[in-house]
Formats: sequence, structure tokens, C-alpha cells
Amino acid sequence: MTGSFRTLIARLPLSLLAGVVLITFMVLGALLAPLISPADPLAQDLYATFQPMSAAHPFGTDAFGRDIFSRIVYGTRYSLAEVCICILVSCAMGTLAGMLAALVGGYVEQAVMWVVDIIFAFPGIVLALLILSLLGPGFFNMLLAISVFSIPVYVRLAHNLTQALQRAEYVEAARTLGAGTWRILYVHVMRNALGPILVQSTLTAGSVILAASSLSFLGLGVAPATPEWGAMMSDGRSYLGIDILPSLFPGLTITLAVLGFNLLGEGVRKVIDK
Amino acid sequence: MNARLINRVLMLPVVMVVVSFAVFVAVRHLPGDPARMLAGTAATQDTVDAVHHSLGLDRPALRQYGTFMRGALVGDLGISIESRQPVGQEIAHHFPYTLLLGLSAYALALCFGIPGGLAAAMFEDGIWDRIFMGMTIVLASVPNFWFALLLMELFSVRLGLLPLMGAHSWSSLLMPSLTLALMPMALIGRMTRASMLAVLSRDYIRTARARGVGLMRLCLRHALPNALPPVVTVIGMNLGSVIGGAVVTETVFGWPGLGHLMIEAVRWRDYPVIEGVTLVAVLSVILVNLVADIVISRIDPQARHS
Repeated sequence: MTGSFRTLIARLPLSLLAGVVLITFMVLGALLAPLISPADPLAQDLYATFQPMSAAHPFGTDAFGRDIFSRIVYGTRYSLAEVCICILVSCAMGTLAGMLAALVGGYVEQAVMWVVDIIFAFPGIVLALLILSLLGPGFFNMLLAISVFSIPVYVRLAHNLTQALQRAEYVEAARTLGAGTWRILYVHVMRNALGPILVQSTLTAGSVILAASSLSFLGLGVAPATPEWGAMMSDGRSYLGIDILPSLFPGLTITLAVLGFNLLGEGVRKVIDK
Repeated sequence: MNARLINRVLMLPVVMVVVSFAVFVAVRHLPGDPARMLAGTAATQDTVDAVHHSLGLDRPALRQYGTFMRGALVGDLGISIESRQPVGQEIAHHFPYTLLLGLSAYALALCFGIPGGLAAAMFEDGIWDRIFMGMTIVLASVPNFWFALLLMELFSVRLGLLPLMGAHSWSSLLMPSLTLALMPMALIGRMTRASMLAVLSRDYIRTARARGVGLMRLCLRHALPNALPPVVTVIGMNLGSVIGGAVVTETVFGWPGLGHLMIEAVRWRDYPVIEGVTLVAVLSVILVNLVADIVISRIDPQARHS
């Protein structure tokens, strides 16, 4: 039993394993944050600002004497929430729109693809800035903005997949037997298109974290003092030349998190392509 | 020029009208009264009403859009609320900086990506291929604002070699363009490798190899021209994210480009500027993608002969 498990692991691409390890660390960090972090992420200590790395403060302290390590651990929760919410919203809306467009066809299809083309013409961050200047800054508005500019990829993917699946004989057969659009969508198309769409989601996850931390870095995401990685770097940036630690470690963590999702996506694709 | 290209050129004005209308409607629904902001907080209601009238804000929405579009066509995008300068002038002032930054970033990305990807594909699964693939996936994962701060810490704070911020001399360009180049470096590198591998497995390459064509000539003369079109497509499609990256990069380095202008405008709720910069950004993305398609139809041996 253990032997076959070992050969199975050995056959998996290295990138997949590395990605899984990094993301497991992230999930554990989010779940066990109160146990892992040595200090309260919000507790200020103005007598202990810009402390170097030590046993008490593994990554040092920031300009308000807050423990950087604890803030990073709690920040994991925000990053995972960003990834989950944005992917859920954009994937659900995009997939549904793309599949319906392909199944219904005609003017509906043209209209949907037109809207997608137009969203696609907006540079992602510029569209997010436009939406955020409409709604005002904030965590959920930021997530909405990122979701909107992530939708087109899913619409196009779902549209292409559905068009291909529609020509499959079993879909033809179901249609001949009188199955309606919704039944075909749910029973035949949705289940078969799930794989590629899931792969696309893992590939998008890294860019969601990058976009969210960029927007927070620009001061348009979470409220000040929130232990979110991008916002932490935005604070740390003001103290460049005094102390690099407040910007060094949050950035390193973002890199590792994005790398984790990118490796996972790459690994999953390798397994499927085999 | 094939039919698809002509179609896209004809669609360009239609897309721009739709985009400008969407931006116009969005901006008109923003909270806050631009007339009051323009008049200042101390202004009386009469003054605000007068500004309201002079901006044409008391006319029907469609008439306003008509005026806006007529202005936009001749480059008149309204007056910035913050600087009181015409938006067109502001954009004209900041645009060259973004163009310079973008071009030098793409130049760096091409210098790294094409030879790197080519070498990785020539020696697939070799040591360079592994290092290169690892490098590109890390490059694509690094947040550019973090990379920027690390560069600033090393070259400006510690070593004192490069200017920290602003655009004072040519050396100011080095760190921002390297920062902005990270993402396209990774993308162009991976795309070149994938595209080369696909071409190298074709029959005509095997034939050429059987005829005794050397590896260098085989790759550069026979394979590369056929591998480039997808790379050009990726460059065009990636422009949007490079403009997004420019927003962050310019803000970190205080580089006076369009991204910097946009962030300031969002911060001050300077709606005419937001409107103008968005339109310019969208137009650039559409135009560059169009140019990429035209370039492909020129350089792609298959498209040229068909």
C-alpha cells in the first residue's frame, strides 16, 4: 500500500508537489493563525519599533512595534479569502455566461462575446481602478473589481469548450430525445467541462493574489492597519532607508504564495497533458 | 490585408464609441459634484450653479455625451479638477514617459526571452532548460512593487549608485524598466520555448536535419521564423497587464507617466483625468493588438503565402 503510494508520488511532476506543499503551508497558516503567531497582529508597542529579527520577533517589528511575523500569518487569511471569493465569483459568472452563450447562440451569443471583448480591451488594473473609484476603496469592492476583470477568460474558455462538446454525439442524442437547454447544460456540458475550468482557476489564483496585493499596496484595498500583505508593504515602503524588514518579508510571502499557485497550475496541466 | 484584419480596423471606432460611452456613464454616476469640486469648498451656491452651467452639466445626458465625444475627437477631454490644466495636455505631458518606460521594458524582455527560450527549446530537458523554466515561473510570481523596493534598497540606499525616484537622468530609467520587464520576460520566454518546441517537431525540420543542416542554422533560419507569430500575439495580448504593471511601477518610483497620473486622479477623484487616461489606455491596447496582427500577417511565412 505504502509502496504504491510512493511510486504514485514519485510519478507526479515536481512542480505539482512543490505547489501543494506551499499552499498547504498557506492553508495551515490561515487555520492555525492564533496558535502559530507569537503576538497579536494589531498590538502596537511604540517602545519596540523597527526591532531586528530575534526569537521574540522572528521577522522583526514594524514602525508601530507590531510583530511582522504575526501580521504575515494573519495576512494568510486575507489572501486565501481573496483567492476563494474572486475565483468563485468570476468562475461561476464567466462559466455560466460562456456556456449559455454557446448553447443559446444567435444574438445572445454575439452580445455576450462583445461584452467580453470590450472588458478584455481594458487593462486589468485600469478597469479595477475605474470600478474602485466608482465604488470607493475597500476589501469587498476590491474583490468585486478583480472578479470583473477575471471574468472574460472563463467566458471564452467555457464558450469554446461548450461549442466543442455540442458537436459530441451524446449531446446530439440528448437533444434529439428532447432535452432542454438547461438539462444539456447541467447533465452533459457542465460535468465534462469542469476539468479544464478547474485548471484555469488554479492558473488564475496567482494573478488574483498579485492584483489584490497591488491594489492594497496602492491604498485602494483593505483599511489601514489591516494585516494584509500588500497593505503591509505599502506601510513599509515609507520607511525605506530606515528598515527594510517591514517590506522584505510580506513581499517574500506574496512571492511564495503566488509561486505556490503557479506551480500547482503548471503541475496540474502537466498531469492532464500526459 | 486579409478580411479579418479589415474587419477589425472597421470595428475599431465602434468599440471605442461603446467603451467611451461606458466610461462616460460610469463617471457621471460617481459620487460627488465635479462643479462643486472645481469651484472649491468655499464657493457659494450661485458660483457652483454657474460652474455647473459652464460645464454643461445641466443639459440632458445624451447631449453631454455628444459634446464629450466631439471634444474627445479633437483631443479636448475636459479640464482636470486637480491641476486646472486641460486633460489632453496632461496626458500629452505624461504619455512619453510611459511610452519610454514600456518600450525599454519590452526591449529588456525580448533580449532575455527570445534567446533564452530559444536555447531552452534547442536543448529540451537539459540543464539550461530546467534553470530557465524555473526562472520564468519565479519571475512571473514576484510582485513588481516588492522587486522595486528591493532594487531601491540595494542600488539607491545601500550602494548609492542609482537615483531613488523620479525621472532626472537616463539612469533613472534603469530600475523602473527592469521592474516592469519581469512579467513580459517570463511570458515571452515561455512562449518562445513552447512555440519553438512545436515547430521543431514538424516534418520539414526533420527533413532539413536529414539533409545535414547544422543545429544553429536549423533553429535560427528554419524554425524561428515559424515560431515567432505566437510570441508576437502574446506580446500584444500582454500589453494590458504591462500597462497595469506600469501603474504600480510608476507609483513606486515616482515616474511621471500615465499610471502615476491615473493613481493621483483616483486619489483626488479627478474624474475628467480618470476618463481621459482610461480611454487612452484602452485605445493603446486595441491599437497594439491590431499592429500585432498586422505584424504577424507580415512575418508569418504561412500567412504570407496563403
